[in-house]
Amino acid sequence: MNIEERLLEGDKRACARLISLLENNDEQAVNIIKRQYHRTGNAYVIGVTGSPGSGKSTLTDRLTKELRAQGKKIGILAVDPTSPFSGGAILGDRIRMSDLALDKDVFIRSMGTRGYLGGISKATWGAVKALDIYGCDYIFIETVGVGQSEIDIVKMADTVLMVMVPNMGDDIQAIKAGIMEIADVFAINKSDLDGADKTKLEIEMNLDLNEKSDYRAPVEQVSAIKNEDIDVLLQKIMNHENYLKETGKLHERRRRNLKVEIIQLVEEELLKLIMDKALEGDLLEELSHEVEKRKQDPYTAKEKIISLIRE
Amino acid sequence: MYEEKKLEQIKSSFKDWDEEVGKQLGKRPEMKEIFATGSDKTVERLYTPLDISELDYEKDLGYPGEYPYTRGVQPTMYRGRFWTMRQYAGFASAEESNNRYKYLLEQGQTGLSVAFDLPTQIGYDSDHALSEGEVGKVGVAIDSLRDMEILFDGIPLDKVSTSMTINAPASVLLAMYIAVAEKQGVTPGQLRGTIQNDILKEYIARGTYIFPVEESMRLITNIFEYCSKEVPQWNTISISGYHIREAGSTAAQEVAFTLADGIAYVDAAIKAGLDVDDFAPRLSFFFNAHNDLLEEVSKYRAARRLWARIMKERFGAKKEKSLQLKFHTQTAGSTLTAQQSDNNIVRVAIQTLAAVLGGTQSLHTNSRDEALALPTEDSVRIALRTQQIVAHESGVIETVDPLAGSYYIESLTNDIEKEAMDYIEKIDNLGGAPKAIEKGFIQKEIQNSAYKYQMQVESLEKIVVGVNKFRIEETEKKELLKVDPHVELMQKKKIERLKSIRDNDKVQNTLDVLKAKAETEENLMPFIIDAVKEYATLGEVCGVLREVFGEYEQSVIL
Amino acid sequence: MDKPIRVLVAKPGLDGHDRGAKVIARALRDAGMEVIYTGLRQTPEQIVAAAVQEDVDVVAMSILSGAHNHLFPKVVRLLKEEGIEDVLVLGGGVIPEDDIPGLKEAGVEGIFTPGTPTKEVIEFIKGNVKK
Repeated sequence: MNIEERLLEGDKRACARLISLLENNDEQAVNIIKRQYHRTGNAYVIGVTGSPGSGKSTLTDRLTKELRAQGKKIGILAVDPTSPFSGGAILGDRIRMSDLALDKDVFIRSMGTRGYLGGISKATWGAVKALDIYGCDYIFIETVGVGQSEIDIVKMADTVLMVMVPNMGDDIQAIKAGIMEIADVFAINKSDLDGADKTKLEIEMNLDLNEKSDYRAPVEQVSAIKNEDIDVLLQKIMNHENYLKETGKLHERRRRNLKVEIIQLVEEELLKLIMDKALEGDLLEELSHEVEKRKQDPYTAKEKIISLIRE
Repeated sequence: MYEEKKLEQIKSSFKDWDEEVGKQLGKRPEMKEIFATGSDKTVERLYTPLDISELDYEKDLGYPGEYPYTRGVQPTMYRGRFWTMRQYAGFASAEESNNRYKYLLEQGQTGLSVAFDLPTQIGYDSDHALSEGEVGKVGVAIDSLRDMEILFDGIPLDKVSTSMTINAPASVLLAMYIAVAEKQGVTPGQLRGTIQNDILKEYIARGTYIFPVEESMRLITNIFEYCSKEVPQWNTISISGYHIREAGSTAAQEVAFTLADGIAYVDAAIKAGLDVDDFAPRLSFFFNAHNDLLEEVSKYRAARRLWARIMKERFGAKKEKSLQLKFHTQTAGSTLTAQQSDNNIVRVAIQTLAAVLGGTQSLHTNSRDEALALPTEDSVRIALRTQQIVAHESGVIETVDPLAGSYYIESLTNDIEKEAMDYIEKIDNLGGAPKAIEKGFIQKEIQNSAYKYQMQVESLEKIVVGVNKFRIEETEKKELLKVDPHVELMQKKKIERLKSIRDNDKVQNTLDVLKAKAETEENLMPFIIDAVKEYATLGEVCGVLREVFGEYEQSVIL
Repeated sequence: MDKPIRVLVAKPGLDGHDRGAKVIARALRDAGMEVIYTGLRQTPEQIVAAAVQEDVDVVAMSILSGAHNHLFPKVVRLLKEEGIEDVLVLGGGVIPEDDIPGLKEAGVEGIFTPGTPTKEVIEFIKGNVKK
């Protein structure tokens, strides 16, 4: 049996291999997705983001256990940054999900952001589709909320869960930085710490300022470690899911996301074309040299590279 | 320590000398640009009075047995009595370990040190699924009071002092020890020894934790409180830098993180309502001895001074014994090489000297073959003889703190103390050691040092004889100790039998009570003792506590 | 862009000495590999499940407790039961010389004892990955 057939039979290894192939831009893998795309769209995608150390993995672990109790099949994509220097990565999110490893209806995959093209998007999009075809009811995408990736996550998630911890200066930063708009549900983790109420209040106040639709993001205090109020949090996520489905906004949101995805695929392909040309014969190296020596300016250098693909 | 005028003179003559040497470097260059200690602290070509001009003899060094104890905790040190020569041992079954202990006592060892196997250390019985393959491997398997009775059979517990390397389930093993003693007719008040009981370093470096931080700290303070009343001669904790160093920390980090843990325990006990002078005299420490002799000596001296200052200034301790940092030392397992393993005898000898010149209260010397397997009896004997040679032949014990006053030693002592203080301040700012561990700060600092060291070895910046230099082809087979693979089966059978002959209703009863008490704030020690006396197994007792407390989740930041 | 080698670094058994595992994890990362680190106290079953889901090229395990003869071969056996033959299995830690032939025969292809430079491990992986 080939990967495609095995995947349709719910074979874990086939799913795992397909994700690898997609990560490596394998054409055959893309063809499998093309052929099976009609089967996707059933999985509900939850993006989980928040600052490092906020307990995202543990929370994902607990939410998964709740969903497993309801008999749902779960996929988890844990995305961590790739080192820009070596291209390697250490992916450690499984540590927090050890006892899910043996659950036959849970699939956990760690992914590095890899490469300079487009952050987490492309490979993750691929992996989500693979897990969707594999038959997951819910897919969690977990990313460290620094910089680009937490904006990226909106582009693929149906619900964005923002995890915060009390008394971390960066929460306030996050609020200011406009994270408020992307979160559909807030979880204040480690709610036993002092300052949980204050953090909740601050978020609520900010939500007051930004109120513009008929949906208001709930702010839930939980403790992932102590397994407290996880069920309540899950209910809030499901409320958001129901809201999107009942109002028809799920389609709207997915269309919006797909638009971004298509454009980004085009962008990446174009960029690849351009970079292949630019790197050919060390053109980029050459140009950057000259620009640095002030023999040329960056704009002219750009035009030179663009003209290569116009030909 | 020096007159202003004299210092000026030295400053000028030193400058002359330094310039002269500088001129000659062209012809006779030094081997390296930068010289450094084993922990990578930069070392100068020469130390002079200029480097310790700020040192105040009475304030910073004082006399042995007097604050701040830089020169030692006892006034006469080894002129009065040698350190306790204590070899950590224990393997396979209680029966075999009992034989090894009797052998060591016959050989002149003065205290016992019990090593437990990993299932015991993590609170699982030998028949637990996770125990598979681990029973009796790194120490003795103890499942119930029955095993403990065999372990100490024929060893009078009022005569020996026993150190037990046990942490997460320390309360349970101590309870068993008390129960065994009682059967020998020895009262808790007569018992002498130590339990490691240091959970924070388990989270940081050693990994045999069970319960979450808060609950673990409660068990620890329960032990402090119980022992201060019932087992007053017992050292209730051995705050350990040993494993922090083994995990790859520097010498200064070892001091810093160990004392930061110490501060956390003192804080917790005070918060639980204990008076600092009631429990602080029973706190003890456990440090590593690495190869850089002079850095290690400075490390012990710095640790002693810093702890005395912390106890006095930060916690307002009054009793002398509360201010004294007493410590056990073990030579560094991580410096032992599998290659040309007899070379390890020499390393251990240097490390022994470091510990003794640093004023240790007791010492375990590693055996040459420990990078390969558990030590054979021959190897253990050589390790013990190493201590005896240092004690009787080397001459370093004839006077107290013989290296004091060395410009280099004093300067390095200051340096290490300063670096440790800076770390402790950082940890305070993070909310104390437990929080710093939860955030992964301490682990990350250690990992960075470990990685840096590894890279230095690989680039030959640091030489390890026999490993990255002076290598040979080794063909000769070494005789290694083999653990009997039947121990696991035997232990399982013992548990089965025990469960068929004990009074299971009584056992269940005591476990139910323990569970109920765990939900309250009462001291759990008496209830644990009740349970083990009924032959409840270690796994059963820890299982009940697991149900109430939950389990710790590892904090890893790579 | 070359595809990075994916390595599962695991600590089977109960010992908590993870200095070596962490140093290796970092060295492999710095050599451009993707390292999935599983943390302490992993059962062979958990390790194999992770290897399947992560579709790794290499499973690298470290044990210092002496339980290697039991746990390493078990992982290899379970991998085979899953039909996985193309994963390189490595073991490290305090492993007596006498045990090495048996472990190799059981399918642990590389054994690395204390003092091994990380470079050697990296080279071994690069030279022996099967996918």
